[in-house]
Amino acid sequence: MTDMLTLAAAGEVNAGDTAWMLAATAMVLLMTPALGLFYAGLVRSKNTLNTFMMCVAALAVATVMWALVGYSLAFDEGNGIVGGLGHALLNDVTFEPRDGTTIPHLLFFAFQATFCIVTVALVSGAVVERMRFGPFLVFAALWSVLVYAVLAHWAFGGGWLQEKGTLDFAGGIPVEMGSGFSALAAALVVGARKDYGRQALLPHNAVYVLVGAGLLWFGWFGFNGGSGFSTGNSGVLAFVNTLLTPACTLSVWFVLDLIRGRQVTAVGAATAIIVGCVAITPAGGFISPAWAMVLGALAALPSYAVIVLRTRTRVDETLDVLAAHGIAGFTGILFIGVFAQMKWNGVSDGLAYGNAEQLGWQALAAVSAPVYAFGMTFVLLKGILAVTPLRGSAHEEAIGMDIVHHGEEAYASGEGAILVREPVEEKKRAVAGPRA
Amino acid sequence: MKLVIGIVRPEKANDVLEALYRAEVRGVSLSRVQGHGGELDRVETYRGTTVKMGLSEKARFEVAVSEEFVQPTIDALCEGGRTGEVGDGKIFVIELERVVRIRTGETDHAAVTPST
Repeated sequence: MTDMLTLAAAGEVNAGDTAWMLAATAMVLLMTPALGLFYAGLVRSKNTLNTFMMCVAALAVATVMWALVGYSLAFDEGNGIVGGLGHALLNDVTFEPRDGTTIPHLLFFAFQATFCIVTVALVSGAVVERMRFGPFLVFAALWSVLVYAVLAHWAFGGGWLQEKGTLDFAGGIPVEMGSGFSALAAALVVGARKDYGRQALLPHNAVYVLVGAGLLWFGWFGFNGGSGFSTGNSGVLAFVNTLLTPACTLSVWFVLDLIRGRQVTAVGAATAIIVGCVAITPAGGFISPAWAMVLGALAALPSYAVIVLRTRTRVDETLDVLAAHGIAGFTGILFIGVFAQMKWNGVSDGLAYGNAEQLGWQALAAVSAPVYAFGMTFVLLKGILAVTPLRGSAHEEAIGMDIVHHGEEAYASGEGAILVREPVEEKKRAVAGPRA
Repeated sequence: MKLVIGIVRPEKANDVLEALYRAEVRGVSLSRVQGHGGELDRVETYRGTTVKMGLSEKARFEVAVSEEFVQPTIDALCEGGRTGEVGDGKIFVIELERVVRIRTGETDHAAVTPST
């Protein structure tokens, strides 16, 4: 009886659900420029615009690729590894609800597109301040299909992990582990900045970093709260957990900062917000609010450790995408396996509630997704490297990416700038000249 | 005593500082300046407005030294600041009339020699 009612409800578009998902989609889209601001504050001033532009680039190329093939490969029926091409170029993506949801398929597509965009933008954090803009555009376009769409299929689109019963509420697999472990591969292939380990490379504006983190947290309410595709219980649970978990991560991060350096740092706080939001991403709709708070506290530890240890290595994974996203996503995915609760999610219990099998499926994802993301990104960048250099000369790197790649500066004073006459006018005069 | 003024690329300022440190030159002032030294103009575009950046950012080192440190200072500025491209900068050496260390009132040679 209940099943028949659910089926009937799933068959048609629900106005309330659609209204919330329209808003949630816009909120997730905001996360990409927010990430641009967050990243721009973390780099040196001469690379501000280029860093931001890598996120803007994701808005362009990831959206186009998603509409062309990415969405179809992720969400069309195919095999366990990758979807088919039935929805390529938005074919058959209409106002009819997508199976299992009460929102128009078209809106479902747009909501998922914003996830792909922000994930592509996340990876850029590993290669800022040195990677050339052109090759990055190519990388972003191909990565969104070869890595993101495939992992999204595994987790959400009917792929093998979802079939087995792995739980991932809002993208711990494709978004967080996908971007984090790809970032590590990208940092290894592109190589360290020339000044890395020789000079102090400091964030040039910590206020940008805090504002960016705040806007990301705001957007994350749409990201996690929208991943139930309705105004139902799981969405509400994920929404509230998105408030609780990062707050706990922040508190623990303060303590870790105090122990390590006797001072609570602003950039550390911004990082903690991200780590908390990431950790609750896979678990949002599956664990109780109390366990979400425990997850927030727990997730701070491995990510903090990786940030501290990473800076002692030669690996210039510049903005710590691995620690903030890969490791925190990994923590969240495994946490579900232990503390998922049927009473709250109506889907499955974890180990602590008598279902050890769930932890196994979660562990499977926690191993397979990082391996695929790392391996495919490594191969993809090596492939691009075989065609064109990934980075400019040391001299260009010294001048800064803003001037070299964009011909603009973030903090142009205009002193000493001479206005150049419009080239169009010059041409007119040149044509008119000989006749007169 | 001489005042050695070195105008170098801002991105080479750290290398110059390192070279000065290795040459055991202590006591340096560094300021950001804008100038033009005959290098190629850089063109930037903002919403359809194209401008030629006539002045480029430079770092200006000022080092007051005793005679035996003049050449090591110049060498350090050249070594740290050179890229080989147009725009590496210039060094000016000026005679110094008087130097006073404010804390102790020491003058001239004693004032430009680091206190031990």
